[in-house]
Amino acid sequence: MIDRLEELKLEAQSAVTSSQDKKELEQVRINYLGKKGPITEVLRGMGKLSAEERPVVGQKANEVREAIQASIDSKQAFFEEAELQEKLSAEKIDVTLPGKKVEAGSPHPLTAVVEQIEDIFVGLGFEVTEGPEVELDYYNFEMMNLPADHPARDMQDSFYVSEDTLLRTQTSPVQARTLQAAKGEGPVRIICPGKVYRRDEDDATHSHQFMQIEGLYVDKHVRMSDLKGVFDTFVKEYFGSDRAIRLRPSYFPFTEPSAEIDVNCGVCGGDGCRVCKQSGWIEVLGSGMVHPRVLEMNGFDPDVYSGFAFGMGVERFAMLKYGIDDIRHFYTNDTRFLSQFKHV
Amino acid sequence: MLVSYQWLQDYVDLSGVSPEEVAELLTRGGLEVDHIHRYHDGMDGVVVGKITDSGPHPDADKLTICQVDLGNQSSQIICGATNAPKASKVVVAKPGTVLPGNRVIEATEIRGQKSEGMICALDELGVSENLVSKEQQDLIIELPDDAEVGSDALEYLGLNDVVLEIDLTPNRSDALSMLGVAYDISALLDRPIKVPEIEHGAVRKNAIDQVSVTVEAGVDVPYYGAKIINKVTIAPSPLWMQMRLVAAGMRPVNNVVDITNYVMLETGQPLHAFDYDRFGSKEIVTRRAYAGETMTTLDEQVRTLNEEDIVITNGHTPTALAGVMGGASCEVIETTENILLEAAQFDSVRVRNTAKRTNLRSESSTRFEKGLDAQGTVQAAERAAYLLEKYAGGAVLNGIVESGEMPVFEQEVELSLGAVNTRLGTELDQKETEEILYRLGFGVEDLGDRWRISIPSRRLDINIQEDLIEEIARIYGYDRIPTTYPVSERSAGRLSNTQKLKRKARRFLEGAGLEEAITYSLTSEEKSKRFRLDEFSDDVRVLMPMSEERKVLRQSLLLQLLDSISYNKNRQNNDLALFEMGAVFLPNPGEKLPSELWHIAGAFSGNWTAAAWNKTAEPVDFYTAKGIVEGLLEQLGLNEGVTYRVAKREQLHPGQSADVLVNGQVVGFIGQLHPTFATREGLPVTYVFELRGEALLTEQDKTMRYDPLPRFPAIKRDFAVVVDAQIAASEVQHVIYEAAGAWVKDVTLFDVYEGEHLEPGKKSLAYSVTFLNKERTLVDEEIANVHETIVERLQSKLGASLRG
Ligand SMILES: [Zn+2]
Repeated sequence: MIDRLEELKLEAQSAVTSSQDKKELEQVRINYLGKKGPITEVLRGMGKLSAEERPVVGQKANEVREAIQASIDSKQAFFEEAELQEKLSAEKIDVTLPGKKVEAGSPHPLTAVVEQIEDIFVGLGFEVTEGPEVELDYYNFEMMNLPADHPARDMQDSFYVSEDTLLRTQTSPVQARTLQAAKGEGPVRIICPGKVYRRDEDDATHSHQFMQIEGLYVDKHVRMSDLKGVFDTFVKEYFGSDRAIRLRPSYFPFTEPSAEIDVNCGVCGGDGCRVCKQSGWIEVLGSGMVHPRVLEMNGFDPDVYSGFAFGMGVERFAMLKYGIDDIRHFYTNDTRFLSQFKHV
Repeated sequence: MLVSYQWLQDYVDLSGVSPEEVAELLTRGGLEVDHIHRYHDGMDGVVVGKITDSGPHPDADKLTICQVDLGNQSSQIICGATNAPKASKVVVAKPGTVLPGNRVIEATEIRGQKSEGMICALDELGVSENLVSKEQQDLIIELPDDAEVGSDALEYLGLNDVVLEIDLTPNRSDALSMLGVAYDISALLDRPIKVPEIEHGAVRKNAIDQVSVTVEAGVDVPYYGAKIINKVTIAPSPLWMQMRLVAAGMRPVNNVVDITNYVMLETGQPLHAFDYDRFGSKEIVTRRAYAGETMTTLDEQVRTLNEEDIVITNGHTPTALAGVMGGASCEVIETTENILLEAAQFDSVRVRNTAKRTNLRSESSTRFEKGLDAQGTVQAAERAAYLLEKYAGGAVLNGIVESGEMPVFEQEVELSLGAVNTRLGTELDQKETEEILYRLGFGVEDLGDRWRISIPSRRLDINIQEDLIEEIARIYGYDRIPTTYPVSERSAGRLSNTQKLKRKARRFLEGAGLEEAITYSLTSEEKSKRFRLDEFSDDVRVLMPMSEERKVLRQSLLLQLLDSISYNKNRQNNDLALFEMGAVFLPNPGEKLPSELWHIAGAFSGNWTAAAWNKTAEPVDFYTAKGIVEGLLEQLGLNEGVTYRVAKREQLHPGQSADVLVNGQVVGFIGQLHPTFATREGLPVTYVFELRGEALLTEQDKTMRYDPLPRFPAIKRDFAVVVDAQIAASEVQHVIYEAAGAWVKDVTLFDVYEGEHLEPGKKSLAYSVTFLNKERTLVDEEIANVHETIVERLQSKLGASLRG
């Protein structure tokens, strides 16, 4: 009987090996391990065996059954793997086709520049303040040391909406408003971005509406050398660590001494090129020490407090940074222009 | 201000300092050199020639054949100028010379006669045509006899000069003159200044016997001085003077006029020469013009004056518009013999206004506008007299006839070394600082702990200590100021809550696929009536608008955002999703300033998502715009209290527009543009929204706590109801919420259906309702009860039936 079992095992394993698919394999299982199969039959005939033989044959029968089952399982696994492979290969797609689009919009380049500059100054301890776009000439001019007959106050150059109110021509009135609100107590550290308006015809370099960022730092013992330090930091942060600044004497009614701040040309590195008109430098902003009259008129004691102020043109910064050559691009909102600023 | 490098050397020694170095020095010293002009660049081979023989061209009437001695050679040159036959010394461009405009001179033949070069006129040498005097136009240059044959003609003419173009800041009126610029260079270089010659002879006759001066208003004319020069001979001014005027951008006229201009350029004091014999009287009276009074100015224009203008008169009629332009009636002309020379100071604001109104801004008016050196007026008159004597053969009468007093301008300002160093952050010592002050020509008096500085009258811009500190800094060099950092106490910089929320809103809209636009605040009156959130009757108007298009301040952002839509449409950019954030301006009766309210607006047209290989294009629709608004409001923390209701707005589609309400208040609208409006405006199908942002920027809740995650499962029930198609989905949703009670967590509408299998006029709405009890697991029976209530309530309130 043992031999018979051994024989069955070999016979079954050979059948397993030669089975072509799951169905045939199942048939092999039924044939050999099924209730009507030869092994069951062997076991059924065990009653005829002696008590000594019985456990030996029983054990052998189990061994054979397990061995056959193992062969079947392994073959089954083989078939399943093959089936899976087939299925996966049928599911193959072209991974180079484009994905389902998730399209983000873009910030306006002027907003992007304003936020970049805000972030740098916030890092330097400044607060961001705002002021009205329609302003009293008291704040826009008077308190900024531009008395009534000053040429800059010509009606022709500003959009007045009444005798004494106008669309602000500069963000400087926020200096006056902020100083007055501080009631003579420093420190005052603000920057103020915003729209300003002047009666200019729109062309490639002029716009009747544009944006400025005003800045003011007033405290005890503020020196002109501090202005240099703050702008050296700012320029390196904004334009790159390889850039340097140069201060040149200039004139603004609300600062004295006044300085124009130049940055060395990023195109030629300072050697001179068309962009910098061969000078190696590019003018980026106006600044200076707050005029004592401005401090005094706005409630600060110029013997105790000093400070610096600055103003920059946002369009100019954007034009320099992104190489934009026509200021009108900022206001026509051509999406072929706007969409280029997605990543800024 | 155009500054000739050669001319400058009359006043300060520039040896060893190149034009570029002067430019750099001036720029760093505060007189920004914008441009360095080298008109002669590349012009080689332009020499002085002498016409030794000339005769007519045999085959051309208008041409002259000239034999020209060029020093080392003699050339035959054909010339077309009418003055060629009688000319002697001329300017010759030899073959190979490249003249301005890339004109290459070659040896050639003209009608069978050889021509080896060209005899030049001024404009051919690069002198702008409007700077060539009337007489000189189309004529070749005739050089004086002292020009050496064969020598460099450009050098002789001073055309090898370098001209620095200075962009002056408005405070530096002192630098509106060659001398003023020279003073700055003298200080920057620490080299002495050379003042021009003014000592002229004088005849016995006194000017005071020939003319009187009466000033009616001393405020208008603080000083008026008149000199008389007799027996002048009107002729062209010397060539060198003409060329200096040209370098400064002024056109030579004749010796008398040129001398007044030359002295103005030199000293900054404008002068005017009248023809004494044609002045009309022997009295000079300055007064305000009468309203409607007319005069003919030098340019032959009849000017109508008003009471704001100052005029110079002969006691009856105006002879000059003070500081702006002379009158034609007593202009210096060819036959003029006696000169009345005016050297005056006029009120700067009046001159500015008159010049501006009459559109006659000139070199002269600009200088009056900016302010003159109070003590330079008489000096300038004497300098002109000196030159008239020398170059116009004039006899200068004794003295000057004056009215008013020369304003004494002797500013004294106190200054301490401590102030200089604390303000600049420098460590200058006393000696260094005094040195700088001396170089600037300031008087320095040591008062122990401080100085008393006296300021020369030419420096009107220096009035306070800080002005002096700037002077010291610019001569010392802004570059040498150290770089330091403020020593104030540190504090965190920050954005305000509102600013943060605005940024958040921006990020959301950008992330959702919209591009940010910025448009103009000024718009037309017609447009401004559109899309108003509030019905205001009035606009905030600009008093002097530049155009109809920019007349009033916007009350809605959409007005111009739609302009951007059509701008893009016209450029075939069809798929558009734009947003703008910014101020709108509402009239604020009783207040000086209008209310500025912050708005957010959006506009969509074309496709929201483009067609792709795996899907068709999805055009924008009402729900695109609404989805953005819903998302934005949620982003800003406005989850509850937001409702939408059908809106009636003029520019919007009556069936596709909604007002947005927060806590019952209208804060904006969403909708499709009314098709009629869109067609009229040339706009595509466009969906828009505009929100009053101000109402949405609520204080961020800093006490926000998270909602613990539920420990019991939520249960979901889906069902569909059939209702009349007219019933708003929001009503159905409202009833479901009400009926569902406390356990309802979420109600989602997942399908809307009209059509086949439904009665006409009906629609099916399919909802998924989620129930949750935080305390325990809900049992099926409970849910079934709630579900039943919902269905009943929908039936009783809205006539809905459950869809099988
Ligand atoms: Zn460059």
